[in-house]
Amino acid sequence: MNKILFKQQLSSDVYLMRLYAPLIAEERQAGQFIILQVDEDYGERIPLTIADANTDEGSITIIFQVVGKTTKQLSLLNEGDDIKALVGPLGKPTHIENFGTVVCVGGGIGVAPLHPIAQSLKAAGNKVIIIIGARNKDLLILENEMKNIADEFIVCTDDGSYGRKALVTEPLKEICERDPKPNMVIAIGPPIMMKFCSETTRPYGVFTQVSLNTIMVDGTGMCGGCRVNVGKEVKFVCVDGPEFDGHLVDFDNMMKRLNSYKQIEREKHLCFLEKEIEAKEAR
Amino acid sequence: MHYHSPEELQEQARQLIAEYVTKVDDLKTKDRMKIPPQEMPAQNPEERIHNLDEVAIGYTFEQARIEALRCLQCVKKNCVDDCPVKIDIPRFINHLVHGDLEQAASVIKEASLLPAICGRVCPQETQCQSNCTVGKALKDVDKSVAIGRLERFVADWERTTGKISIPEIKQSTSKKVAVVGSGPAGLVVAADCRREGHHVTVFEAFHKLGGVLRYGIPEFRLPNDIIDKEIQTLEAMGVEFKTNFVVGKTRKLKDLMEKDEYDAVFIGVGAGLPIFMGIEGENLIGVFSANEYLTRANLMRAFDKEHADTPIYPSKKVAVLGGGNVAMDAARMAKRLGAENVYVVYRRTEKEMPARKEEVAHAKEEGIEFLFLQNAKRIIGDEEGKVKQIECLRYELGEPDSSGRRRPIEIKGSEFLIDVDTVIVAIGNGSNPLLTQSTPGLELNKWGNIIVDENQKTSLDKVYAGGDIVLGAATVILAMGEGRRAAAAINKMLAEEIEKEKALVN
Ligand SMILES: Cc1cc2nc3c(=O)[nH]c(=O)nc-3n(C[C@H](O)[C@H](O)[C@H](O)COP(=O)(O)OP(=O)(O)OC[C@H]3O[C@@H](n4cnc5c(N)ncnc54)[C@H](O)[C@@H]3O)c2cc1C
Ligand code: FES
Repeated sequence: MNKILFKQQLSSDVYLMRLYAPLIAEERQAGQFIILQVDEDYGERIPLTIADANTDEGSITIIFQVVGKTTKQLSLLNEGDDIKALVGPLGKPTHIENFGTVVCVGGGIGVAPLHPIAQSLKAAGNKVIIIIGARNKDLLILENEMKNIADEFIVCTDDGSYGRKALVTEPLKEICERDPKPNMVIAIGPPIMMKFCSETTRPYGVFTQVSLNTIMVDGTGMCGGCRVNVGKEVKFVCVDGPEFDGHLVDFDNMMKRLNSYKQIEREKHLCFLEKEIEAKEAR
Repeated sequence: MHYHSPEELQEQARQLIAEYVTKVDDLKTKDRMKIPPQEMPAQNPEERIHNLDEVAIGYTFEQARIEALRCLQCVKKNCVDDCPVKIDIPRFINHLVHGDLEQAASVIKEASLLPAICGRVCPQETQCQSNCTVGKALKDVDKSVAIGRLERFVADWERTTGKISIPEIKQSTSKKVAVVGSGPAGLVVAADCRREGHHVTVFEAFHKLGGVLRYGIPEFRLPNDIIDKEIQTLEAMGVEFKTNFVVGKTRKLKDLMEKDEYDAVFIGVGAGLPIFMGIEGENLIGVFSANEYLTRANLMRAFDKEHADTPIYPSKKVAVLGGGNVAMDAARMAKRLGAENVYVVYRRTEKEMPARKEEVAHAKEEGIEFLFLQNAKRIIGDEEGKVKQIECLRYELGEPDSSGRRRPIEIKGSEFLIDVDTVIVAIGNGSNPLLTQSTPGLELNKWGNIIVDENQKTSLDKVYAGGDIVLGAATVILAMGEGRRAAAAINKMLAEEIEKEKALVN
């Protein structure tokens, strides 16, 4: 069983949890993810990136945003509760070496998976420039942690409530125009952000790696539900990824596929909320 | 074929039994050949397309005995020759004729560990029933003795009357066996190695056990209860199960042996790599591999729309590409999930379809439409990226290829469109590389299947493999047979080790 050892609310709908999972903690590397279920019989399997691990405690850290029923239920669990099913580490680890100068761009909740990667890149001797962004100040996470790693640090918010009022692509473009150009960009965040980061760097020819979070079922390459077009090939995000060359990813198709079940989920979520409210009223 | 209700069929059987019961041992071949083949009672098609309950209900005792009386007890047993695990079929049938179900069950169990499952899913018409003397004499393989149904009847009787006994376990040894994958191959290895007294751990990637039996084959063909019962028996025998454990990811195979000190490993990870057509439009919204579609519906219980959190695509018009059991299961599941029109698009003709005959017949009764000698050329989407149509091509059969099947040849310019909102690709599975790639030194063939010797041993010391990962997507019974062979080899190897260790101590 995988006990919740620690729980913290990072912003209005973002939570951090440390889960007891000694084998995963031992094997995991930056860039990998887990799949969990809140209920083994009827629950959905959702992928979440491993944000950190502690082999002494035998724990892994996940950071998640409440976006649907499963993440909502997860957020209602407390320290001491068990996660019913937890499997991992899945996916390929990030390839880490000394590339030179690397720009790490994190949007919203994407800063969570970016953190261990930035850490490893720094440890490998890279100059690490970090740009993090969110819609507003409340939605920014891990600011201090990222600042501590960065050789250069930029914060943006869409509404200007904190840091620079800009989309992350703005400072990214400026950095690409520098001489020498950065050697590599890693962008993790909402698909639309990764798409525009890739578009921003394309004219400069700076290799841009993105980390995709598609719909998944098994996470072992068995169902193909996570497939994306990368260049001329079809790739399975759970086993071939999650990281790919952003200049080759067909983001438009991916974003459409992500919405496959939107309609049903919206109805389900409403139904769930109604039941929640009913339950509250009954109390 | 006209649908007969279970009550009608039972009434017929009762009358026949009354006629035959006193002369069971005096029947001549001529008399036996006159006994009408017993139809499998089934749920009414109009009702069953709205539920997930088992379609084939199973023989009653009377029906089973009548069917058993059709067996000629041949001296040359073609049926046994054609059974992959060599069940002594005439002998178990003879016990059944005499009403001794316990003996019948024990004869089957000598050779097969999972008869309730095999009785339901084996392709009997190409195995034990293919050369049955009765079928040959009547010039119709469908009139062969219904061995599979009899096997199922005996196994169900044993299970539902609580007669399944926990096999005897030999005294505990100090040896540990790791079984990777809980499909039929893995379950059989677990049982056979545990019986010898070894400690056995089964590692399964999913949160539920059973492999394809659980996530692929639907409830209406193989109820979960049956798989649960098999697993309960294994648990009672002391087999340890670790779910949510992906060998190669959660732990490397090498670490299982070196750090966790397993003395032998069996790899039964199945096929598990969906093959797509590689045609235009395959990534549109509404295109699924059969694996994904069936996993959502079965394992994740999306059929139960009210309770399950895992969604399933709301389909009205579905095209299923392929002609095997997987295609039949996907098509029939789509129907049960509310699709109005379900088309099975298959390149060849009905005769070449690899699916079990009974499933094809059931699918037809359920209103599945078969489009033979046709194949999808591309999938067309609307402005939102959702499936709108498929473009198909017509085919004709050419000369037989190396496998003896006549090769389909496309008819140029025969393109036409079908309106659909969902496409399910069910053209087969390749071998999933997750474990094999993370295990250096494991020899594979060019399709990624693990290479084994006649004892199922791989190129790695103390590592054995069997089932779909060795055979390519095959059948439950073949997976089981390989599991048995592997377990025998593992048990032999461990026994020799134990002997050696004893000799050293003395
Ligand atoms: C929809 C469908 C219908 C079918 N119908 C029939 C039929 O009617 N008759 C018939 O005879 N055959 C049928 N088959 C084929 C049959 O199911 C397979 O041949 C058989 O299940 C193979 O058994 P196996 O033990 O080799 O593997 P599987 O049943 O595939 O089991 C392998 C298990 O290993 C697990 N696994 C994989 N990788 C790892 C890992 N790295 N670590 C831990 N666990 C892992 C998987 O999750 C899975 O549970 C059907 C197959 C499908 C998909
Ligand atoms: S999630 Fe099923 S193949 Fe990737």
